[in-house]
Amino acid sequence: MSVEFVSPVPCRARYRNSQATLPASVNRRVDASGRSGAKCRGRRRAWGLRRALPVAALLGTAPLLGGCQFALMDPRGPIGADEKSIIILSTVLMLIVVVPVIVMTLAFAWRYRASNSAATYAPEWEHSRGIETVVWLVPCLIIAALGTVTWISSHRLDPYRPIKAAAKPLTVQVVSLDWKWLFIYPEQHIASVNQLALPVGVPVKFLLTSSSVMNAFFIPRLGTQIYTMAGMQTQLSLLASKAGDYRGISANYSGDGFSDMHFTAEAMSGKDFAAWVAKARASSQALTLASYRALAQPSERVPVRYYSSVTPALFHDILNQCTNGAPCRDAAMAMAMAKEALGSSFRLCTTINPAGNPAGADPKGMQ
Amino acid sequence: MFGKLTMSAVPMNQPIIMGAVLFMAIGVAVVLGAITYFRFWRQLWSDWLTSVDHKRIGVMYIILALVMLLRGFADAIMMRSQQALASDGGAGYLPPEHFDQVFTAHGVIMIFFMAMPFIVGLMNIVVPLQIGARDVAFPYLNSFSLWMTISGAILVNLSLAVGNFARTGWLAYPPLSELHFSPDVGVDYYIWSLQVAGVGTLLGGVNMITTILKMRAPGMTMMRMPVFTWTALCTNMLIVAAFPVLTVTLGLLALDRYLGMHFFTNTAGGNPMMYVNLIWIWGHPEVYILVLPCFGVFSEVISTFSGKPLFGYTSMVYATICITVLSFTVWLHHFFTMGSGADVNAFFGITTMVIAIPTGVKIFNWLFTMYHGRVRFETPVLWTIGFMVTFTIGGMSGVLLAVPPADFVLHNSVFLVAHFHNVIIGGVVFGCMAGYNYWFPKALGFKLDERWGKISFWCWLIGFYVAFMPLYALGLMGMTRRLDHMDNPVWHIYLMVAAGGAAIILCGILAQLVQLYVSIVNHVALKDVTGDPWNGRTLEWATASPPAFYNFAETPVVLSRDSFWDMKRRGVAFHPPVHYHRIHMPRNTGAGFILGVLGGVVGFGMIWHIWWLVLFCLLAGLAVVVAHSFDEDRAYYVPSGEVAEIEGRHFQQLMPQAGD
Repeated sequence: MSVEFVSPVPCRARYRNSQATLPASVNRRVDASGRSGAKCRGRRRAWGLRRALPVAALLGTAPLLGGCQFALMDPRGPIGADEKSIIILSTVLMLIVVVPVIVMTLAFAWRYRASNSAATYAPEWEHSRGIETVVWLVPCLIIAALGTVTWISSHRLDPYRPIKAAAKPLTVQVVSLDWKWLFIYPEQHIASVNQLALPVGVPVKFLLTSSSVMNAFFIPRLGTQIYTMAGMQTQLSLLASKAGDYRGISANYSGDGFSDMHFTAEAMSGKDFAAWVAKARASSQALTLASYRALAQPSERVPVRYYSSVTPALFHDILNQCTNGAPCRDAAMAMAMAKEALGSSFRLCTTINPAGNPAGADPKGMQ
Repeated sequence: MFGKLTMSAVPMNQPIIMGAVLFMAIGVAVVLGAITYFRFWRQLWSDWLTSVDHKRIGVMYIILALVMLLRGFADAIMMRSQQALASDGGAGYLPPEHFDQVFTAHGVIMIFFMAMPFIVGLMNIVVPLQIGARDVAFPYLNSFSLWMTISGAILVNLSLAVGNFARTGWLAYPPLSELHFSPDVGVDYYIWSLQVAGVGTLLGGVNMITTILKMRAPGMTMMRMPVFTWTALCTNMLIVAAFPVLTVTLGLLALDRYLGMHFFTNTAGGNPMMYVNLIWIWGHPEVYILVLPCFGVFSEVISTFSGKPLFGYTSMVYATICITVLSFTVWLHHFFTMGSGADVNAFFGITTMVIAIPTGVKIFNWLFTMYHGRVRFETPVLWTIGFMVTFTIGGMSGVLLAVPPADFVLHNSVFLVAHFHNVIIGGVVFGCMAGYNYWFPKALGFKLDERWGKISFWCWLIGFYVAFMPLYALGLMGMTRRLDHMDNPVWHIYLMVAAGGAAIILCGILAQLVQLYVSIVNHVALKDVTGDPWNGRTLEWATASPPAFYNFAETPVVLSRDSFWDMKRRGVAFHPPVHYHRIHMPRNTGAGFILGVLGGVVGFGMIWHIWWLVLFCLLAGLAVVVAHSFDEDRAYYVPSGEVAEIEGRHFQQLMPQAGD
């Protein structure tokens, strides 16, 4: 990291060329946390760039700049890349009508200013079938084009849709806690807090839920965010195509500790991922129901932590709200449905055969 | 005795809050002192607090809106300065529990107690005049609506001094807003201030619809109504359709919090997603409730100051109706990231975009109204042209957010914050300011100062772009909203620029206050003697400024769309009628004011669990309603002699003008 820091390469090139690099945000976080002596040339350059950017943004050219600062314009995976091109395509399509409208507004206002007696004045003119047809038709056409883009892209980029890739997908279970992130790797039987490791080129299937309030799981450089909600499971597929440490955040306000509720998503080679798993397995901590309950207590700025093992079905229990010993929701639901089914069959039997008393069909017997 | 209320509810140990409380207390004391000093109490009671005159009620709504604009803007300045200070490793000056209240209060105040009263106030003043009516259909109900709204606003501001406000965001999503995660009174303040004000808004909607449908002057068919009245009609239809949803949603949340029910809890079968759906079924029409009347303002302004009828009136009316209907079909676009299937997301994405079609048509129609016109660049026109450019950009970012995959990365980011400020400032605030400058002479009898009006406009316009364009950029950098601090120095400079933009907007607001002050001082020079200061086209300009309390001595007869323009062309404008008749008018009543106060106290009792107070005020309110219903003497006749005298004064003023 410190090598990265003193690198004289301008920040944009740095991210394009190097493999294990950090986004600017992570860099600076390290900076803030103590190793601040490293005043790099790259940083000084970035100052000039930083000053220039708001001006450029004002001119509306921000999306064209790309580069390391604009996370959404510099994606590191196919989902984010697709979303970037949809943003650009939609914007361009709309500019076809937006630019003429703005130009016409200013031009008409100036041309027909009261002091300009040279301009035509038609005080009764209020209707033109031709113009009105065009002003309804042009927005209709643009929206038809955008609507088509929307329909196709919504299906192609449905977060639930698996990503087609040669590699076998990796499953990660994500739990948002107050105010940190828990990542469970069910196939590896390990877990981590506030650090997510991903092998490059491997589709990752995230199954997500929340222990308390609503949050949103979002790694801007990889694309698509999705809500995490208690008692419910959402699903998301992402793929990192380049190695690097990417910032992950909660994108839905969740209370006092929200601002510090971020994590690092580390995309790494398969070999490095195996090493990371081994490191987690070597951890002295195990994620049991008891340690999960302790972890779920509200806390802020929780340092990265690894768990060498995870109690079986922990994610299921969090999802079904039975980590505290209460009956699991799915079991309770199944029980209720069974009761109802038995109850109705009981009624059915008694209707057919009022004298009959089928054994074991007494709904009260279930309790 | 006092429920949950103890002395510890007053945050004495919080210097920032106590400073704000002190500031507000001084403000209130100055106002009360001035009323006493100028011996204004009696007049205040008889002419204002008990007034059922739609014009005075409208003026009071707008005063409320301007005061709340200052309060909401103070919150905005705090947020922008906190984020600017806390983006370079610093902690800023607001701890999270305070910052979270600030952004919640900012949203609630700006939408419910700034934008809504401003819109309702404009409609109150203008609609009866535009349709040639003497007042609204239910004047006493109108007064009641006003005082309920003011009570709600007072409750929100009270939370600053007594207790605290919600820390949930302006829509109070559960489970965060449930008792388990928000055990203090903040969310209760939120619920009851909105419930109390919501009663006022809903009944105001009923009142306005009835007025427009039943009280138009003879000859004013639906397709001859001024476009502002059309938009007011559609907006009030939306209010009547959408506000009950809000009332029920907040009611269910209150049941969860007060009676331990489980509509939206995580446990026992509750479902927070249901709240999110319900609140947006109200919330999306709400933004059209705000913006449609502003579209009406722009239509009136652009046509008046171009010296031409509005281009494509019929298109405009149908576009408004389209927006009204479609606004109920798009709510899901506020949560594409909740995991709905692709078909659902795509459907709501496309319905959202479809709204851009009638909106685009409107923009084109305003453009072609200027075309072949004679555009006079007075303050209302500047706001209108500023709107057309700004709103187009905001519309574009809105349609972009309607594409679900784009929303997957932009949702909840400051890009979204920039988008909705782009449309709400560019559309609603600019519209309110245009309407304020345009109808001020009608309501109060003198024009506003042009110079300060223009300074205010340019500050607002430039300030808006400087404050919000950096947020678009930050959104593309992946910055999410509602962060009280961040450790990313790259964002620092953008947030500094944004804070600078907020400061420019502050100059705009100050310029508005100066404009008001200068205009009051110079009101003799700025006096509008004709009643028609802008060479207007619609009926409100056919009467004196300010209009007599009965609006029109003789109900006008409407023969065409721009009926006052038509009267001027036919040479029948500015002529006294041959005979004056006596006029039937409603009497003022204090019942609306008293009920409003009782409503506010009921809300306060509910917030602090002071049940006896709630019960007492409900019974007292019932008694007032019953007593008022037995009051048979609610209306009277203005004798024709008095009408002749009032009108005589107006026409005497007009004579030197008529001689020109």
